[in-house]
This record gives sequence, structure tokens and C-alpha cells, in this order.
Amino acid sequence: MWDILALAAWVVSAAIFLWMAWDFFVVNSKYEESVLISSREGLDELLPAGDQPAAKKKN
Amino acid sequence: MVDTTVTTTSIAQQSQSINLLKVLGPAHVWALGVGIVLVGEFMGWNYAAGKGGAFGALIACFVSGILYTCVAKIDSEVTSTVASAGGQYAQAKHTIGPLMAFNVGLFMTLTYLMLNAGDVLVAGQLVQIGAQQLGHDIPWQPFTVFFLAILTLLNYRGVLATLTVNFVITAAAFASIIILFIGVKPWAPGEVLLHKELLTALPYGWIGVIAALHFGMWFYLGIEGTCQAAEEVRSPGRALPLGTMSGIITLLIAAAITWYVACGLMPWEYIGWDATLAPLYDSARMTGSPVLIVILFIGTLLSAIASSNGCTNDQARAWFAMGRDRYLPEWFAGVHPKYRTPFRSILFLTPIVLIFALYIPLAQIITFSILSGLLNYTFMPINMWNFRRKWPLGVIRRGFTHPFHPFPAITLLVLCAATFFAVYLGYGRQLLAMMAFYIVASLWFAFYRYRYVRRGAQFTMPWPKPAGY
Repeated sequence: MWDILALAAWVVSAAIFLWMAWDFFVVNSKYEESVLISSREGLDELLPAGDQPAAKKKN
Repeated sequence: MVDTTVTTTSIAQQSQSINLLKVLGPAHVWALGVGIVLVGEFMGWNYAAGKGGAFGALIACFVSGILYTCVAKIDSEVTSTVASAGGQYAQAKHTIGPLMAFNVGLFMTLTYLMLNAGDVLVAGQLVQIGAQQLGHDIPWQPFTVFFLAILTLLNYRGVLATLTVNFVITAAAFASIIILFIGVKPWAPGEVLLHKELLTALPYGWIGVIAALHFGMWFYLGIEGTCQAAEEVRSPGRALPLGTMSGIITLLIAAAITWYVACGLMPWEYIGWDATLAPLYDSARMTGSPVLIVILFIGTLLSAIASSNGCTNDQARAWFAMGRDRYLPEWFAGVHPKYRTPFRSILFLTPIVLIFALYIPLAQIITFSILSGLLNYTFMPINMWNFRRKWPLGVIRRGFTHPFHPFPAITLLVLCAATFFAVYLGYGRQLLAMMAFYIVASLWFAFYRYRYVRRGAQFTMPWPKPAGY
């Protein structure tokens, strides 16, 4: 039984990594690069507009 | 008029950008910090007993406890104010400068990456040990890979689920320590616990106590990881100080119980050179109670998994934050549009963790993790001084103001110097090799990479100009 568990661990791990690789490539091909790297430091979505810190615009 | 324009621009940027989700509360921050560290109670600290005896380990536990209390207090003040992914990296960027920030970012990434590798390696080996005790000999590698795959998937698909799971398994691991403590009947000294017979004078004198400081760090190493959640908590000013301070209190309690139980059940010579990996589990075996043995085995395994989970979270945030400022290629700053996680950084670092876990000896991995962490702690007093000097109290709004400044910063610096000496006594070559690595990396950054950095856009906090500028 333990040998089967070890084998199952390999199989499940491979399936997980394959799914993440698939999702990774789907996301990278579906979305513009500028959208994916559009995260800004200092922006707080929970603050009302008047309290937003003035995050500087990217170069 | 200018302010209105800036605010309008910010909101327009916000609506177009994909940011990390703000979904975490104080319990998640606690789970992140304690989750990373608690494995150090189950294993690792025991080598302090090998260096300085049982009392040496206790002194190291206290001294390191003071060191990390200073770390937690300083972090609580600065991070609750600089609430950005990257934690101390973002702090260094604002309070000192780019070269310091680059180094701090690397310190953190390597601390968590190496610790993560050690955690999944240990988790796999624990499964192997468990199987062996049931009479089956199996390899540990498939289980190490399995744990890493599951935790990477969890981190990939969202921070809320990741740290909610961490809260549950960290609380379960902590509960196992409490159960063991109750199980050894501390109210009846001499019945199970034999401190009177087992505690001896310092076997190697005070130099042994100093050497023990190196491994005393294990009781608390990683509590500063709470800062990495800064950009994803709903209320940084409340959640970060509350999660971090309650985390260090939890660890102080767990460390004291751990020492008390282990040193009351086993001689320091055995604890210090524990060949079976986990002294708390061995303590449970010493009691002869099958229930305690099973509970502590599960607790040890959960602590390793929780630590790996937290490290996967933190290593990716530090790497992501550096990518966002172009300290590293901007590609690493990608955020998953559905799960809102730094998915590229998570996936990029996972194979590196796996290589270290599968091919590098545990002692080497852990030593590099400790050294990188120690370098990070040495930066913190300087960070704190600069923060208070440039933005004195009352100038900006702080989520938490730590008392008695500058004494915690001075104490931290002195204890870091003592711990560097302790590390040098046992791992001088590794310490020098690590220093050389960071010097080479700094040269690469200063003379090559810095040209790509967004120099004008790094300072993101809505603060007034620093005093003196």
C-alpha cells in the first residue's frame, strides 16, 4: 500500500504542476502583458476616492 | 486642483490595474508569522542544547526572544505605515535607499526559499519515518514533491485560502504542544518531568552559551514574515501590529513550553545531538503514551507544512515587489487576473525550492536561511532610526507606535552582533561565503541592474518630504 501511496504522490504532483503550467500559459496568452504587470504599490482599493494615496504613474 | 488631478489619475489607474487582493485579517497575519516559525519549536532549536547544555539553550531562548520581540515591535510600527508587498524591502526603499532595498529583498527571498526547501524536505522525511515505524521502507522524495505541489497550488489560487488553511494547521500544531505540556503533568514535578536530575551546569561555560545563540534563533526565525502580507490585509494599521505582536507572544509561550518539556524528559546530550530529527516528537515517545506520540507526530508534520506554506507566500511577495520596481525583470511583477496572486514569482521560485530540497543537505540549507535572516535583522535597527529621524512622531499617521525607542533598536543591534559571533564560531566559512555572495549581487545591481529601476516612481507613500530634505 505504501508503494502505491508513493506512486500516487508522484502522479498527483505531476498533475498539479501540469495544471499550473497550463493555466500559466493560458493567462499569459489571453491577457496583454501591460495588464498582467499593472499592479501598483500604494493603491488601496478599500479606501474611498478622497483618501487614496497619490501613487505615482509608471514610467 | 493638483491634488484633485492626482487623485483622479490614481483612481483611473486603479480601475485599469490588477492588484493583489485585500482580504486578510489579523488571524491570517498571525497564521503567516507563527506558521513559518512554529516548526522551529519542533526541531532545530535542540542544537542549542548541544552547544551550551540545557541551561545554555534556555538562555539562548530568552536572548533570542528579546531579539525577536524587538524585531516584532519595529516591524509593527514600520510595516503598519509602509503597507506594501515586499515588507522590509519596501521599508528599506523608503527609509534608506535602492542598494539597501535590493539587498534586503534578496535576504528575505533567500531566507524563505531556503527555509521552504528545508520544510518540504523535513515533511517528506517525516512521512518516511512514520512509514518506517509502521514497518515499511519508502522513499521520502515523492512526498516532498507532493507537499510542495499542493502548497504551490494553494498559493497560486489565492491568498485567502492559503492563509486560512495556514491558520487551521498552525493552530493544530500549537495545540499539540499544549497537549504534550498537559500530558507530562507539569503540576507534579518528578512524576514525569525530571528537571532536578537532568539539568546540569553549563557544560562548555559561557562560550557555549554564546554559540547556542545561533540555534536559539530557531525558536522565532521567520516572525518578520508577517510584513509580507502588508499589501493584502484589509486594515494594515490594525491587522499587522495585532497579528505580529500576538504571533511573537504565541511563540514565546511555545518556546518556553518546548524547552521545559524536552529538557525535563531527556538529557541535554541527547537533545543536542538528536538523530531522529524532532525533539518534541521524541519527548512524546519518552512519555510512552501512544496518543501523545500520534498527536506529536501529526503536530510536527503540520508545523513543517505550515512553515512551507508561509514561506511560499512570502518568498513570492518579496520577489514580486522587486520585479514591480524593476530591481528584477518586470515580468516577475505579473498578477494573476483571476486569483490576484503573484503567479509568475510563485511558479518561478518553486523549481528552485525543489532543487534545494532534493539535492542540498538540510544543515547547509538551514544555515544559509539563518544567515540571510540575520542580515535582515541587522538592517532593522538602521531602518527604525532612519524612519523615526526622517518622519518623526506626529508627522505621518502610524498604525502602531512602539515604545521606548531607541532602546529596542539598540538592543536588536547588540544581539545581532552577538549572534553573528555565534554563527562565526560554528559556520565561519558559510558566513563569509554568504557575505561574498551579497557583495557580488550588490555590485551587479549597482553597476548593471540599477539603470532599469524606476527611480522616480519607487517612493509610493503619501508622506511629506523627510525631515532635512
